[in-house]
Amino acid sequence: MNYLKRLIRGVFLEFLYGLTLFALALSFFKSREKTLQSLKAALKSLLKILPSFTLMLIVVSVMLFVVSDEMISRYLGGEHLLQSGLLGSIFGSITIMPGFVAFPLSALLVEKGVSYTAIAAFTTTLMLVGLMTLPVEAEYFGWKLSLTRNLTSYIICLLIALVIGVFYGELVL
Amino acid sequence: MTEKKRLIYFLTVPYGVFLAFSWQFDFTPGKIIGNNFFDFLLSMAAILPVSFVLIGLFEVWINRQTVEKHFGHASGYRGYLWAIILSGTTVGGAYVAFPVGHALYKKGARLSIVLTYIGSAALTRIPMTIFEASFLGFKFALIRLGISLPLVILSSIFIGGIFDHRKS
Repeated sequence: MNYLKRLIRGVFLEFLYGLTLFALALSFFKSREKTLQSLKAALKSLLKILPSFTLMLIVVSVMLFVVSDEMISRYLGGEHLLQSGLLGSIFGSITIMPGFVAFPLSALLVEKGVSYTAIAAFTTTLMLVGLMTLPVEAEYFGWKLSLTRNLTSYIICLLIALVIGVFYGELVL
Repeated sequence: MTEKKRLIYFLTVPYGVFLAFSWQFDFTPGKIIGNNFFDFLLSMAAILPVSFVLIGLFEVWINRQTVEKHFGHASGYRGYLWAIILSGTTVGGAYVAFPVGHALYKKGARLSIVLTYIGSAALTRIPMTIFEASFLGFKFALIRLGISLPLVILSSIFIGGIFDHRKS
């Protein structure tokens, strides 16, 4: 598992670094001035978003401590499909967890008897809905648009969970 | 902005003090929280600066017409296709997709296409989907992918229709 994680992550990170290095070299070769200009722009936008990021990191670090794996396991393993699905979507919306942590955890939960419906609600909201990243998102797209996108995304995630539930025979229509 | 700075200041300083004390006096919850913080910080430090350099180069070198042609109002369905392909190769998470999407938008990309990019960067990133399939099964990943993509595109068109004021 760790090997797979390192492999996939490594390949994509190398791609990112390679691409950046290549683009920088090309840019430098064509115009030093423009290269310097883009580096300045990069630094500026990085500094601009840094406060929001710090805020997010602080909240997330505390949130990850409060919402433990055992807690997720306890609430997602409930008897009622609808309830565990909804709880899964709420946990997914308020936590930030890299997929490299979330999917192994999900596999573990499935083994423990947690429904695929709840897992789908959890993993999709984890990826698509971000209450914690909302301040960062709003920095770029404004609060109104960001809230609308997250709300719509939440509904989409519930729909996905429903379909997964039907496909896995957990939800009988 | 100043209010926000004040909030960050009032949060960061006590937080830092709390972490320092936790380390000094071996307070386990504080140490776990600190570990979470630095774990996340490290993984973002590996991705974020490089991404911003790429975005900076994009902003300086790529001209507006090119973006408008491929991601703008005239791009049609191909714009969405490009957005999905681009998102498949996005490294990192939402925190990279937001600045990239913003850079595209500023250069004249259609809002619904930008939103499609952000949504599919969250849901269809290749490394993530491989990981999903290997832990929850191909069936799960395939169904999830198959439903989420059209829903993301549809909702992006819908939201874009409301918020995009730069109609062609």
